[in-house]
Amino acid sequence: MIAAVHTPYTVPIGFMEALQVTVLILVAAGATAVVLIRKHVRQVIALSVYGLMLALLFLTFQAPDVTLSELTVGAVALPVILLLALAKTRKREE
Amino acid sequence: MTEVQRRWMFLAGAAGLVAFVLWGLLGLPGFGNYPGPYGPSILRIAVAQTNATGVVSAVNFAYRGFDTVGEEFILFTAAAGVSTVLRHLRHERERSAVDEAADRDVPPTSSAVRMTALVFAGPVMVAGWWLASHAQTNPSGGFQGGVVLATAFILVYLAGEFLVFKRFSPVDLTEVVEAVGAGGFAAVGVAAVAMSLPYLTDYLGLGSIPGAVSSSGTIALISFFVGLEVAAAFILIVGEMLEQTLLIRQEDSE
Repeated sequence: MIAAVHTPYTVPIGFMEALQVTVLILVAAGATAVVLIRKHVRQVIALSVYGLMLALLFLTFQAPDVTLSELTVGAVALPVILLLALAKTRKREE
Repeated sequence: MTEVQRRWMFLAGAAGLVAFVLWGLLGLPGFGNYPGPYGPSILRIAVAQTNATGVVSAVNFAYRGFDTVGEEFILFTAAAGVSTVLRHLRHERERSAVDEAADRDVPPTSSAVRMTALVFAGPVMVAGWWLASHAQTNPSGGFQGGVVLATAFILVYLAGEFLVFKRFSPVDLTEVVEAVGAGGFAAVGVAAVAMSLPYLTDYLGLGSIPGAVSSSGTIALISFFVGLEVAAAFILIVGEMLEQTLLIRQEDSE
């Protein structure tokens, strides 16, 4: 419990919970989209958006350090590497 | 096995899985109630002990610094592995950086992409350095900062060409920086041993103001080295993959 932290601002009661539930739903939707999308390049873009949603999730659960890691790795690094691998493996005649 | 049998088997398995997951969920502590002893203890003592207001960094680079050394060398090994796997083989040869799929109409990089990448490259570089050097005061750290720094080089690639990317990050230099980063972290720890202190003991002054950039001793130094290591490793990995994608072809696929 971190109830003793003094903040110079007040958040309306229930606001953080509503935000957390919203982002949780977005994460679930993003994950489902990544699984259902069949075209690889679009799938990678969806994965990147999903990484962004996950970063938002960590932020709303008060974990800014993990947010930064997820932003850099999930939304940028992994998609870049996947796109490069896709470009390499794509057949010439495609 | 018929389809009906398979379906029943799946339903039985799924029901069992759901039952186990629900059973497990019921045993979890209440939402937001961490029951372990370490979290509250660390929160109570960390700032006073390390003068670092970024308590996550204090945990990463001080309390469990030894684990972080190991993790850093995981990345180091991964980059070395990528370099080894993607090295030039005898039957591969380098070509000019042209698109292989002749029938695929690839538009030239639009000026919008070039401009956006150019405009962002500088600020991203600054943000990366800031993140890597402020682990002790803010939620940040060498790992995040390093990846952001590497992103600046990817922006250079997007803004210009592969050759510009290579000129900005020559492999020899990148490898040296990576080695300095990985070795620096380990050396900070070994230096403590040389002073007959336990490995990774904080031997630099902690400073007097908690939360000042210059406070918290070796945490800042370690975070800086981690930033160097991660940035170089990531640039190296992306560079190797770009090279594989753009330049190297197997001869039998010609």
